[in-house]
Amino acid sequence: MDLLSIALPALSEAFSLILTPTAMGYLAGGVLLGLCVGVFPGLGGIAGLSLVLPFVYGMDPVSGLSLMVGLVAVIPTSDTFASVLLGIPGSSASQATVLDGFPLSKQGQAARALAAAFVSSLFGGLFGAVVLTFFILIARPLVLAFGVPELLLLTVLGFSMVGVLAGRSLLKGLIAVGLGMTVGAIGEAPAQGSARLDFGSWYLQDGFSLVVIGLGIFAVPEIISLLRQDRAIAKDAKLGAGWGDGIADWWRNRWLSIRCAAIGVVVGVIPGLGGSVVDWIAYGHTVQTTKDRSRFGNGEIRGVIGPESSNNAKEGGGLVPTLLFGIPGSGSMAVFIGGMILLGYEAGPQMISNDLPITYTVVWSLALANVVGAGLCIFLSGGIARLTTIRFPLLVPFLFMMISFAAFQSKQTLWDLGALVAIGLLGIFMRRFDWSRPAFLIGFVLADQAEVYAYQATQIAMVKGRTGGLEGMLSYLFTPVGLILIAIIVASVWLGMRQSSTLHQDESKPETGDKRGPLIFALLVTAFLAAAFADAISVSVLIDKVFPVTVAGLSLLGAVILLLQMRLRPETDVVFSDGERHGEDATAPIGLWPTLAWFISLLVLTALFGFVIALVLFFIAFLRVRAGASWQSIAVMTIGGVGFMLLMAGVLNRDFPPGLLQNFVELPWPFGGR
Amino acid sequence: MSGRFLSFAAKTLAGVAAAGLLAGSALAADFSGETVEWVIPFKEGGGSDKWARFYAPLLAEALPGNPSIVVKNMPGAGSTKGANWFAERAKSDGLTIFGTSGSTQFPYLLGDPRVRYEYSDWNVVLATATGGVAYLPADLAARWKKDPKDVIANVDFIYGSQGATRLDLVPLLAWEMLGMKVEPVFGIKGRGAGRLMFERGEVNIDYQTSSAFLSKVTPLVEEGKAVPIMTWGALDAEGNVVRDPTFPDIPTFKEVYTDVKGEAPSGDAWEAWKAFFVAGFPAQKMVFLPKGTEQDIIDTYSAAFKAVTERADFADISKKRLGVYPQSVGDDAKAKLVQGTVVNQAAKDWIKAWLKERYGVEL
Repeated sequence: MDLLSIALPALSEAFSLILTPTAMGYLAGGVLLGLCVGVFPGLGGIAGLSLVLPFVYGMDPVSGLSLMVGLVAVIPTSDTFASVLLGIPGSSASQATVLDGFPLSKQGQAARALAAAFVSSLFGGLFGAVVLTFFILIARPLVLAFGVPELLLLTVLGFSMVGVLAGRSLLKGLIAVGLGMTVGAIGEAPAQGSARLDFGSWYLQDGFSLVVIGLGIFAVPEIISLLRQDRAIAKDAKLGAGWGDGIADWWRNRWLSIRCAAIGVVVGVIPGLGGSVVDWIAYGHTVQTTKDRSRFGNGEIRGVIGPESSNNAKEGGGLVPTLLFGIPGSGSMAVFIGGMILLGYEAGPQMISNDLPITYTVVWSLALANVVGAGLCIFLSGGIARLTTIRFPLLVPFLFMMISFAAFQSKQTLWDLGALVAIGLLGIFMRRFDWSRPAFLIGFVLADQAEVYAYQATQIAMVKGRTGGLEGMLSYLFTPVGLILIAIIVASVWLGMRQSSTLHQDESKPETGDKRGPLIFALLVTAFLAAAFADAISVSVLIDKVFPVTVAGLSLLGAVILLLQMRLRPETDVVFSDGERHGEDATAPIGLWPTLAWFISLLVLTALFGFVIALVLFFIAFLRVRAGASWQSIAVMTIGGVGFMLLMAGVLNRDFPPGLLQNFVELPWPFGGR
Repeated sequence: MSGRFLSFAAKTLAGVAAAGLLAGSALAADFSGETVEWVIPFKEGGGSDKWARFYAPLLAEALPGNPSIVVKNMPGAGSTKGANWFAERAKSDGLTIFGTSGSTQFPYLLGDPRVRYEYSDWNVVLATATGGVAYLPADLAARWKKDPKDVIANVDFIYGSQGATRLDLVPLLAWEMLGMKVEPVFGIKGRGAGRLMFERGEVNIDYQTSSAFLSKVTPLVEEGKAVPIMTWGALDAEGNVVRDPTFPDIPTFKEVYTDVKGEAPSGDAWEAWKAFFVAGFPAQKMVFLPKGTEQDIIDTYSAAFKAVTERADFADISKKRLGVYPQSVGDDAKAKLVQGTVVNQAAKDWIKAWLKERYGVEL
């Protein structure tokens, strides 16, 4: 009752602030802007917010907040288009959506998958707002209950999801996690800044960005594979189930949606965890709680509903650390705090004590923006789903343009494209030889926090032990919250193990061929891990050394065991899975290398002429030679595609990487660059 | 719609050939229709980013011709990537300006091999100062108030640190000079995370820069959960460390040292501390024009920043976001630049030896 008496007056004041034509207008404006930015993979909320920030200065607070919140709220909604339709993870929030969303598109059920995703987003967003309305009043002590040991346990919980995502060979799944963690350890060490695994390259000093890894691991292999098929994304270019089915699917799985939304709120509320694991935890939970798991990865609608319910709820949950502690849970939230200061509000505990109506304005603007945004997206999904019936080669230049542009947002150099090609190759071979790509990604995402929290917990526990003895140490490490988390982890691992044994029994025999291909790839992975191990040994600062030595060492051990298995087992064993031997890829009319050569040609052209000129040349050459389009449609598509990208880049103040040409001739934007 | 895009459209209309002419013939002292890029070598949302975004609209109003000013983030390699780019590639036409922070100055001072920029090449037009406040939990603060020597001798401190070669060098060295036993827990992401660890009771000493202290720690002080014990101080016109104008009631580290040790700090350690303190706090953030910029452009910018800092409402709007600190322009800014970037070799060597011995970090 006490909560209600505080919440309700502030809530009604908040609604009277939001439900004015001006505020609603700005909210809708923010939503539209967010949708435009969000459909472009890799841009996300930071770019969108930076765009509106100059205008926010001097606006009245409610309008300014509505504009910013509207924009932030719909990013995890609109990026679903790219994830589901094209297999391109639009942002870190929708990586898990790709796993089942894209196969659904390939089966001609894009509209159904999109609608289910959007309703889930809408529900997740509303659920988050309702929970937050009350929770935010009592959140502070709860958030403070999560210290370093608890954060470490949450990281471990993230890792435990690998159990269900490891694929047919658990060993290969584990090596994939280790490989991901090793790649995640590349760059400046988080503690003392030692250079690790950068082999003297400045590009690697800051490590790979999640965008490049996500695109390389998921988008590139799918695009290349589809291009080899030379057909539309949807088989037979027909659309099956429509958006009504998607909504019905969501209703059938409403309890799953509620559970995943709750996961989203909880993970979002805790500062320091980062939002990029939410969708994987939700996906893992979805797999664990589904009876018939055979369809996961091949177009299971629950695999779309779970992660999408969680990622919008997470945005709401993320408001707690952002507003109450001034600690942004993501890059876009950091910019959001900057915008709030422009409007005269400083994030901190006083947001509850003094500015509760404004806090509720933010919370409920977020919910309303979800309604408007998801509603608009459902409305559009039927039409946009038709993209999947277009002959794929006609789409490819646009896709390459989008993923390259997204990759350039990482460090704005040519090397971003180089990294994308390299990681893309890794992704292609992991896909072909059946190494779990989600496991790799989870390893990559969690590497940093696993390292930092592990040694911070150790270090603090040791000091606590010095002052409080063994008891002090244990009571720091094992709090009630921590014990609950340990129970959840044990349950999750148990569910995962039980499920992986039932999952693969009834499955058909793995697709295998001869030993050569899988062996060469395994040898390359082993060589990389060995090089990483050697590099890690040479790091001089102890605190920066322990993690990469441990991870690379254990992965190397796993790789050696794998090589032994390969030596001993027959070529029909799972360790020799090879997607090129049976199924879709085996029968593809066009080979891997001629297809990949097109992508690499874009890289080479960019190195010579800079990105914009290279892109124009690529569009013309590809559409003419590979897609066989008429000159007229080539002109229309090139101008439309490149023009749209230039418009986005112009509005968002983005430069394009220069090539060799720009060293000799100075060209104006957008042809020039830095 | 941003000015960049409009100017792109305009230039395209005028033809590519004319575009080159337009850029070349821009009048030095008038920025009408131009777009100024303010490059920040850090990510969106960080302290330097917020600082630039605070100034950008005010500067645009004050510059002749009211150009549009866009903040461009170019993060990487601990800000040395953006600084190298500015040193090597920025054009000196007054349309590119650069904001640096203590994190750009420390690698420069410590001889980081990634640094290919030279501060004395550039033309400073603004220098913004900040300060720092260290605080303890209430129980330790009460003991500290009674007898700091007891706390210094008998308490094991834990401190959440971003790394010994960052700004944290200043507090870590100060505490060590006092003889405190502080164990830094490395790898935290920003001072906000350190404050959170303090609130959770995982660490028992912390410091925040002025603006963060005002907004985030003051509520804790009012609740009785945190008590400030010292500031790093501020610099007066002669370069002496004096009380911080934002926190006139809190003693400086120098005063605490004098009180505890019975004599004012001196010697190599003090000289080294002072040099890095100046680089990290009183001369923390500066705005530069590239090497070879014409004098009238530099003067135009200096005058514009002067006009901004002399606005009637400046104290009011800047108080919350920057704290009450001198915003130096003109010759004052130049003096700050020298104080913050010209450090004698003995002090640099001392710090390097200390980092190696104490934390095993080799630079």
